[in-house]
Amino acid sequence: MAEQALSAAQVLDRAAGRRGRRFDLKRQPGFGVVALLCVAMLYAPILIVVGFAFNDSPSVTRWSSFSLAWFEKVLANGDIHNAARNTLVIASCATIIATLIATAAALATTRSRAWPGQTTVYTFINLPLVVPEIVTAVATASFFALLAQQVGISFGIGNLILTHSVFCIPFAYLPIRARLEDMDLTLEQAAADLYATPWQAFRRVTLPLLTPGISSGAALAFIISFDDFTITQLVAGAGQTTLPLYIWGQLHKVGVTPEVNAISAILLVVSILFVSLSFLVGRRR
Amino acid sequence: MAVAAEAPRIALAQAAAERRFLLGRRLLASPAMIVIGVFGILPLLIMFIYSFLVAATYGGVEWSFTTEAYVSFLFQRDIFDDTLQFVPDYLQIYLRTFVLAGFTTVASLIVGFPTAYFMATRPPSQRNFWVFLITLPFWTNLLIRTYAIQLIIRDEGLVNDLLRAIGLIDQPIHILYTNFAIMLGLLYSFLPFMVLPLYTSLEKLDFRLVEAGFDLYATRGRVLRRIVIPLAKPGIIAGCILVFIPALGAYVTPLILGGGKQHMIGSLIATQFGTSRNWPFGCAQAFILMAIVLLALLVYVRSTTGKSRVAHG
Repeated sequence: MAEQALSAAQVLDRAAGRRGRRFDLKRQPGFGVVALLCVAMLYAPILIVVGFAFNDSPSVTRWSSFSLAWFEKVLANGDIHNAARNTLVIASCATIIATLIATAAALATTRSRAWPGQTTVYTFINLPLVVPEIVTAVATASFFALLAQQVGISFGIGNLILTHSVFCIPFAYLPIRARLEDMDLTLEQAAADLYATPWQAFRRVTLPLLTPGISSGAALAFIISFDDFTITQLVAGAGQTTLPLYIWGQLHKVGVTPEVNAISAILLVVSILFVSLSFLVGRRR
Repeated sequence: MAVAAEAPRIALAQAAAERRFLLGRRLLASPAMIVIGVFGILPLLIMFIYSFLVAATYGGVEWSFTTEAYVSFLFQRDIFDDTLQFVPDYLQIYLRTFVLAGFTTVASLIVGFPTAYFMATRPPSQRNFWVFLITLPFWTNLLIRTYAIQLIIRDEGLVNDLLRAIGLIDQPIHILYTNFAIMLGLLYSFLPFMVLPLYTSLEKLDFRLVEAGFDLYATRGRVLRRIVIPLAKPGIIAGCILVFIPALGAYVTPLILGGGKQHMIGSLIATQFGTSRNWPFGCAQAFILMAIVLLALLVYVRSTTGKSRVAHG
């Protein structure tokens, strides 16, 4: 009887067991190797850039000995200081603007029945994700050129801040919305039962619970702005060099140098730190 | 009687609550609508208008109407007798872009499917880590990662150094600034967009069906072809769309790995705002690219609504 009840898989399992391995339903030969190769492919370029930033010789792909010389050069370079300042100003302002706007929009579009116009809000917020970057770049550059020539308005570096805010909004919005959708409506109802005004309930109940989502969204928005190259390149005016633009300028004019590796390594590490932070904070209950 | 008299007042109160609810929601959504509307959507309209204007000599536009930007996509105007001649140069760039994006999509499916399957069959505690591992490179600077690929494949790069050290080749293989280099860069850039939707599909896979397949004496290959792949189809379609569409608009990859010799639509557009100084032509190309992308997305959304929804990466 017991023998009959065995499924074919269990029979195979036993057959495999005689060869010293359990039969695994889910295994597909070679898939693990491809997965490891895939991860290796994704990380090799990053590791190579960071690794050769510590290379003593001016060659970028032939190792001689360990050195911090290129990082010292980067830290002493005034152009890089300027670019770093621009990058941080733009990324910080864009992050604050995008996160505030995205939080409000997330509160408007979750945890209630659908209201007329809600689909339009979704479409607007997702638009920067759908339109190719180069199209956004061209459109925004034309827009600010028109403003400057026909109306005589230019916000200076504000042009870049506003541009970045737009494409940072969806990245800030998604984690905040996810967090809100996970939250229990009964908590605010309990606050209301205890005579909290809507504002008090928001300030004391909703906002503290929402903070991880907001931090996670802000970290992503910061990274997206911090790393942007395509749109910044076309919108940036004279003197508005950011770190990615500086790197491109060096590659374009000077060619490949270990200094580029050093500055690139710094950028990569900043991105990885922020994303890890966003990931860890976002998962916190 | 009293109850009947209450009814209109209750209805009025409900209507007022409804208005307050709508007003509150709209107020909260308005900053997003205004900022994206003014600095995201209005520029797209201006780009469309610009595409019908005359190019000024030193960049920018002159305000007179012409369809020259769209005509010069396919034709070249003869300087002497003003006749139009068909010139397929730009069409070739479009063709190359579509072919490269297509090959990239196929290549990323071939690499991405086994990876996603492997991730989905890890113990649940490890899966989040794998997702993080695959997503992380996406958040790092694409310009830098593409530059890193240049370091690996250029003539005096790591691959050629390695092959020469082994003694396989005497002369370096020229990979950089070829279509193959661009495809490699695109594959590298957009691989996570393939893996994540595939993973979402495969993670939900009911392995009792796989077991049933084995019960009916199917081989592993057969189970994969007849059970796993058909069930992962929504993920496969989503992944292909998510790779193909951004690959069409790629700019950094052809810029760095194509070296300005092998254009794609994205780098062609950017050139019009740089050295070529033909803004209307650039705007027209950008508009065409956007139309293609939105159309493709519309077709995709139409084909999936009503069926099982796939989470997007």
